[in-house]
Amino acid sequence: MPDHDHIPHEARDRQETLDAIRETGQPFPPSEEFELHAGDSRTLWGDAVRRILKNKLAVAAIIWLLLMVMLAVTADLWVPQHFGSPTKIDTTTIVKQRLIPPSMGHPFGTDDLGRDIFARVIYGARISLAVGILATAISIVIGLIMGALSGYYGGLIDSAIMRMADVFFAFPYILFVVALIAVLGKGFINVFIAIGILGWASIARVFRSSILSVKENDYVDAARALGASDIRIMSRHIMPNAVAPIIVYSTMSIGGAILTEAALSFLGMGVQPPTPAWGLMLNDAQNFMETAPWMMIWPGLAILTTVLAFVLLGDGLRDALDVKMKD
Amino acid sequence: MLKYIARRVLQVIPVFIGVTLVLFLLQAVVPGDPVKMITGERAMSPALRLQIMKANNLDKPIAVQYVIYVNKLLHGDLGTSYQRGRAVKDMLGEKYPYTVKLAFAAILIEIIVGIAAGIISAVKQYSFLDVLVTLSTSVLVSVPVFWLGMLMQVFFGILLKQWSGGQIYMPISGAGGLSSNFPDWVYLVLPAITLASVSTAYAARIMRSQLLEIMGADYIRTARAKGLTASGVIWKHALKNALIPVVTFIGLDLGAMLSGAILTETVFNYPGIGLEIYLAIGRRDWPVVMGGVVLVVVVVMVINLIVDVSYAFLDPRIRYGGAAE
Repeated sequence: MPDHDHIPHEARDRQETLDAIRETGQPFPPSEEFELHAGDSRTLWGDAVRRILKNKLAVAAIIWLLLMVMLAVTADLWVPQHFGSPTKIDTTTIVKQRLIPPSMGHPFGTDDLGRDIFARVIYGARISLAVGILATAISIVIGLIMGALSGYYGGLIDSAIMRMADVFFAFPYILFVVALIAVLGKGFINVFIAIGILGWASIARVFRSSILSVKENDYVDAARALGASDIRIMSRHIMPNAVAPIIVYSTMSIGGAILTEAALSFLGMGVQPPTPAWGLMLNDAQNFMETAPWMMIWPGLAILTTVLAFVLLGDGLRDALDVKMKD
Repeated sequence: MLKYIARRVLQVIPVFIGVTLVLFLLQAVVPGDPVKMITGERAMSPALRLQIMKANNLDKPIAVQYVIYVNKLLHGDLGTSYQRGRAVKDMLGEKYPYTVKLAFAAILIEIIVGIAAGIISAVKQYSFLDVLVTLSTSVLVSVPVFWLGMLMQVFFGILLKQWSGGQIYMPISGAGGLSSNFPDWVYLVLPAITLASVSTAYAARIMRSQLLEIMGADYIRTARAKGLTASGVIWKHALKNALIPVVTFIGLDLGAMLSGAILTETVFNYPGIGLEIYLAIGRRDWPVVMGGVVLVVVVVMVINLIVDVSYAFLDPRIRYGGAAE
């Protein structure tokens, strides 16, 4: 294999080492191989679906995420009617309604302003899922463009883009997000923009190395000899072969984005009150840890289970698609 | 080897320039009038305003400002805090020892617990303990750090105190000091566990997978065939090689922890550099923010450099192969 990489990059080396050792730390024994039956039509994606359905944890994760999405999407239809508004503060009843422990009327209890915590957790799912998915989408778009330019054209463009990625890797992540928010201003939109912008470098690196490993194949040379354009080669020959690691990586980074959003909201730099965001609810709960511990239990569990579901799904996809995050 | 080290050191320079440039540009576009940040919201004559701008080089073009900034930086001058009027270097110098203490305490936990859990998990593969370790590592990497911190505060600070009738509990805020009921190190325990949690999970995963991979290697089979005992092979042959990536990971992680744990320090109100930078961002004190982040980035880069060089020293494939692709 020719040396694509005559200039090793400090941060990339480090990141690759890190990723490789992180990602190969398989949490569960890989599922046993499939038996081949005559007449089965086998495609990569068909195989992947079958493998993932055999992975109990991944299936549980998918079910949990679907449930969350369903609850969040339909919330307007049943949550305010049964549990009250997630944002409105009723000043006439606040004294009676505040800090009620979990009970029949309020399964998760109420907060210091008399709002139902169950309602707030359900509506909070909207924020978390939206930020997780939108931020990752932004990272993917930027990362794919940068990774494609870098891996496909190589040379100076590659060096420039990879150096830029090095700079992004050199920053302590949370500090950088917080600093970016300080510049952009607080609020929902800026949160996913900031997380999205900072996420591109990892995706670009993953995509770049996929391209590097694919583009030396004979069929790519053949396509080029037949006169295919760069765009065509990229979309028809390279992309399909590079897409699996991107899917795995994106799934995991949705979980990461949700964690970051929660952290930002917790620090008071993300979504602003009275919007129900899980991180924000935990920030409120800090003042009532002694008197109303239920305020901190539910939003925390919501973050934990959602992120865990994305992590397990990512693990499952990695095994199912047989992606080695090493290269 | 020397060539590798030299190349590796030279790579730090463009990253350093990039990092300072990005920070500088961020600061330049941040909303708000820097003169007002320095003086507060009072009325002033245009002459005084100009004088303040001149004193802070704000009247010069931004490119010149950047060169001046980097030049000062290289001479160890991090500037002066807008609001506090103190040298940023002194302000950070007071906080940094706290961050260093916390980082080393957390790394200690990570080394002991992470490596031990990984070894047990690999040696007893598919046992109950293995499942327990692998499951809890998945959970740990998904826990919001600040929530974990809050849970610890509730259990060890509040519930334990209630159950023991006020006898036994842990401090949950600050870093001790003269008026404290506890020795200073007690204040480190809960923040260190919190900070170490995610990395410990990763360290355990890596240790496990490395050990499992190496246990399948030919030289291990040879050692076993030669008649060595299973534990002898693990301790003498497998562990030595399996530890290399783990140690690398932990080394890099030390760099990350020395960059200040903004979430852990905020939850525990621990006066480290992460909390300092966070508070400075809140009051738009850009010299402190920039100084803090630059300091942190330099520390991280130096640690990564050391880790990479020692990795190349331990594993010849790195220094001869360039990037492993």
